[in-house]
Amino acid sequence: MSGLKTPSGRLKRDVIPGFGLSMGVTLTMLSLIVLIPLASVPLVLKDYSLSEFWRVVTDRQTIATYKVSFSCAAAAAVINVFFGVLLAWVLTRYKFPGRRILDGLIELPFALPTAVAGVALTTLYSERGWIGYLFSKIGVKISYTTTGITIAMIFIGIPFVVRSIQPVLENLDPQYEEAAATLGASRARIFTSVVVPEILPAALTGFALAFARAIGEYGSVVFIAGNIPYRTQITPLMIMNKLEQFNYPAAASIALVMIVFSFLVLFGVNILQSKISEISRGS
Amino acid sequence: MGSKAIKIALILLSASFVTIMLILPLVTVLTYSMRQGWRIFVSYITDYYTIKALNLTLLAAAVTLAVNTVFGIFSAWSITKFRFRGKQALTTLIDIPFSISPIIAGLVFILIFGRIGWAYPLMEAWNVKIVFAVPGIVLATVFVTFPFVSRELIPLMQSQGSEEEEAAALMGASGFLIFRKITFPHIKWGLLYGVILCAARALGEFGAVSVVSGHLRGKTNTLPLHVEVLFNEFKLTASFAVASILVVIAIIVLILRNIVEYRLKREDG
Repeated sequence: MSGLKTPSGRLKRDVIPGFGLSMGVTLTMLSLIVLIPLASVPLVLKDYSLSEFWRVVTDRQTIATYKVSFSCAAAAAVINVFFGVLLAWVLTRYKFPGRRILDGLIELPFALPTAVAGVALTTLYSERGWIGYLFSKIGVKISYTTTGITIAMIFIGIPFVVRSIQPVLENLDPQYEEAAATLGASRARIFTSVVVPEILPAALTGFALAFARAIGEYGSVVFIAGNIPYRTQITPLMIMNKLEQFNYPAAASIALVMIVFSFLVLFGVNILQSKISEISRGS
Repeated sequence: MGSKAIKIALILLSASFVTIMLILPLVTVLTYSMRQGWRIFVSYITDYYTIKALNLTLLAAAVTLAVNTVFGIFSAWSITKFRFRGKQALTTLIDIPFSISPIIAGLVFILIFGRIGWAYPLMEAWNVKIVFAVPGIVLATVFVTFPFVSRELIPLMQSQGSEEEEAAALMGASGFLIFRKITFPHIKWGLLYGVILCAARALGEFGAVSVVSGHLRGKTNTLPLHVEVLFNEFKLTASFAVASILVVIAIIVLILRNIVEYRLKREDG
């Protein structure tokens, strides 16, 4: 921990007091609340052989939950990128009555407790609910199917995408679009060759955040899923099932798979974000 | 198609998405909760177990806010006012709870304090109960909302730099004085913003709390868990009545957020 020199050659560190205390408090709290608890997951598995671990995490029913979680989260994130770009565009480029309310409502999935979202969506999309009733008329079931899971994941993920793209669009000068228009580019052409390259990293970040959140999400998904083994069980519920059977090592094994997966996503997001700041600094 | 027509079409499409995906669920909660009339609604939300759950939810949220505000201020101060190696790694570690399923957040405390946990004998000896009790609920809530305050403060304090603090330090001010007189006035709206986000999540946390609570009614049931219990007992109206308390809290949070965000932008500009 060496003091870095400023261009004038003076040592920059040690000027502001309190490094030791604030760093001490930060590291202690971080260790006690996050790091030590997380380290307990592999610790529980120390008496577990690799083959046992492998058997649990590749069990047929568990594999089925990965498939459900992964495919529904991916579908929801794709839909969210589409509507996220649309909403971010409408909120930053157009002035219309109710814009501020629309903007405020985007945060609703962050503010609304997930269990409330879960019971509300389940009821709304069940055969007796307003939307579920309409779809049941044409023979489509939503609650207790993967469609229902996807809808809950769209609900929980939309703010991530909108809030990733919005600042980029706000900083994107409409002059470029105008210049392209003067040069005779069509509207579609302007969007794909001027706007899309600018918002692509942000859209990917939004996609990754929404995707990761959907994979781990429990409250808003578990009610509408109906939890039919092999068909509508999500991975977090599988951990819950193992816990209810007091099979702690199995729960920890599946949790470890999920943790590794979410670290990979987090890592990817970090790389994307440094790309974004490079782009915004570079131009 | 003219640009005006496109504009109207895009706005309408956005508005329909928000109406169907976000507003309709809220309306569902409120209509179902009132289905059997006002009097029954009131009886549900003033029910003994509902009040008990509300109290526990508020208690857990209060402790969480206190812990995470302290952490947020200290961590943001260390990360933005000093230079040291591993800063990026530290920031990433702080963000971990965001990327982890709430179920796993609950699980880790079971693995520490539960029957097979390494801290179980110690807790037995001290006669302290953590999981399937109130402390577990508080711990799980603190874990899932841990980065909220620091996340808001770090970019804000970074953009403000530390020249003013350095000047004050060179004039001999103590760390605490510098924070109180120079840093705090700059970050107070950002801090409030982070606290509101943290409160919203703490009041509504479900997955993590559900793992550690054991669902003892009247003892370890929070409001979101109570919604689940009633829903699973097919007491739909009661469940939605309790949920409507949380909806009202969510709407208040959204409004507060917007006010604070507006203040934050004004101070910036």
